[in-house]
Amino acid sequence: MMLRSAPSISSDALLEVDNLVVEYPVGSRIVHAVSGVSLQIARGETLGLVGESGCGKSTLGRAVLQLRRPTSGRVLFDGHDLTEMQGDALRLMRRRVQLIFQDPIASLNPRRKIGDIVAEPLVIAGVKDPEKRKQLVHEVLSAVGLDPTPVVGRLPHEFSGGQCQRICIARALILNPEFIVCDEPVSALDVSIRAQILNLLEEMKGRFGLTLLFIAHDLAVVKAVSDRVAVMYLGRLCEVGPSEQLFVKPAHPYTALLIEAIPMPDPDVRPAETVPVGEPPSPIAPPSGCRFRTRCPRADQRCSDEMPELRAVAPSQFVACHHPLI
Amino acid sequence: MTGTTLLSVEDVIVDLPTPRGNLRAVDHVDLVVGAGRTLGIVGESGCGKTMLSRAILQLLPKKAKLSGRVMFDGQDLLQLSPEKLRKLRGRSLAVVFQDPMTSLNPVLTIGTQLIETLQEHLELDDAAATRRSVELLAAVGIPAPEQRLAQYPHQLSGGMRQRVAIAIALSCEPKLLIADEPTTALDVTIQAQILDLLAREQRRRHMAMIIITHDLGVVAGRTDEVAVMYAGRVVERAPTPALFKKMRMPYTEALLAALPKLDAAPHTPLPAISGRPPDPTRPLKGCSFSPRCRYALARCQNEKPALEAAETSAHQFACFHPIEAHADANA
Repeated sequence: MMLRSAPSISSDALLEVDNLVVEYPVGSRIVHAVSGVSLQIARGETLGLVGESGCGKSTLGRAVLQLRRPTSGRVLFDGHDLTEMQGDALRLMRRRVQLIFQDPIASLNPRRKIGDIVAEPLVIAGVKDPEKRKQLVHEVLSAVGLDPTPVVGRLPHEFSGGQCQRICIARALILNPEFIVCDEPVSALDVSIRAQILNLLEEMKGRFGLTLLFIAHDLAVVKAVSDRVAVMYLGRLCEVGPSEQLFVKPAHPYTALLIEAIPMPDPDVRPAETVPVGEPPSPIAPPSGCRFRTRCPRADQRCSDEMPELRAVAPSQFVACHHPLI
Repeated sequence: MTGTTLLSVEDVIVDLPTPRGNLRAVDHVDLVVGAGRTLGIVGESGCGKTMLSRAILQLLPKKAKLSGRVMFDGQDLLQLSPEKLRKLRGRSLAVVFQDPMTSLNPVLTIGTQLIETLQEHLELDDAAATRRSVELLAAVGIPAPEQRLAQYPHQLSGGMRQRVAIAIALSCEPKLLIADEPTTALDVTIQAQILDLLAREQRRRHMAMIIITHDLGVVAGRTDEVAVMYAGRVVERAPTPALFKKMRMPYTEALLAALPKLDAAPHTPLPAISGRPPDPTRPLKGCSFSPRCRYALARCQNEKPALEAAETSAHQFACFHPIEAHADANA
């Protein structure tokens, strides 16, 4: 049932992000949230975007959808540059792209009935016939595994976190979008519910022919759903590659650190005590050269003098590092 | 179990009155922690793991009703006066919470909070308390500890705050440290550092520790024993290696199976646990996991299985149809 798209970048890119920069002022200083990120997502592909808090992954997701206007760079969706679009043109384009947030309960209006919440995008899109709307709401709620009849008249607080995330997914799907940005869609959920939602997203992707940008901090979660993975650190991409390959043979020291830091549910795997101390520096004053160099065991003078560019180290695997592991 | 028993929790029940009726948060729980040992308590939201830790610390909400016995270092905590309890907490019984921002006072400097704890429990003079605070901050890996004393919690990152909370918890050389989801709010590289720190300090101080977590990965490499909780009860309890080698309770197995694995190919469907935990205000007659369990039969719906030992007395589980040792049911 699952559509398995080719892990390599095909010419059929649905989304193309070109040298995207997002900066915003905090007091008199500038936060460098996203600093020149370029990536492509092929039609039908899931690109996972991983990184720790504050690395700019959510800002990147929002800038792609123009929910935060980028400082510079281009976002081409199906050939159209979203950064140039305004008003009605952008609104029309937004029907084809959707967003699912981390906190499913907070992203539903607590005073509105589920049926109205899920129908809202249809109202905005101008579907005037209430019967038609009702039919579409029922269809999409069934698709996400909820029984529509008892659900539509109830309020969000009557549902658990996992069910609220199903409702959010239903709302995102109702306009039949082509592309969805999923921003930490399962991090607020318990393990047993998380698996249900991940399976649902995979199923919906196949059924609706979706292309996904899947943002998360949990590498195992990202690997479970992604064809390719992009690793982000302090506003820049460190590494991009097919998920299998990236986990078996990470090229960037930061990717390797992230993999090593995951606690394994196996008592025979002793926790590695080689994780270097230190925390990410502030995006207000990122380090010169390679931004990871202050925590990197391989860093030398060149890393502080010269910013590493993404370059190929293996088929379809790209790394921004002067001293890659492969 | 080697060594002496430091903590024993005996038939503890915690009831919380709610508008929807009585909520039994902890349901007949028995646990033992030996001196210097580490117990992991694993479970999902609402399974009662935090309420159990609050019951041990005697920090339950006012409305909560607690019954049973909590013996710590030879004393029955339920019988202690509030004054004696306060002396015990922070001194020999310490806690680290999930969110360091809520356990640290935002309007007091790091130094004030550390020095206050030291002076309250150890009666040190100002100079000695300051010296000890600097040592503690250095021990938990905080750079430039002297300068940090004058800083406020908001000036530190989440990881640094958790280090401060750990320094305060360790300040009076506790015999037992309860760490309630100590790394859940932190990034994965910081989580690894904090878990390493806790393990190192524990070894050095020969301190017992209870790690409460939802993450089987966190307990796997870092505990001596694991108790798995579901719907207020301990449903499986075993030495850590035995548990991971041979899970007997279907819930434990399902919880592990539902975790995305790094060595699985992308797009492999996850064996999800269908449904969700039961409403704790509507207790089930039989096994609480039976509605979601793929092995459940009629008996499971009508009768509650007791937590009992099988081959070895150390490995207990509450199930009528435990997973057989030889059955390779993980497919």
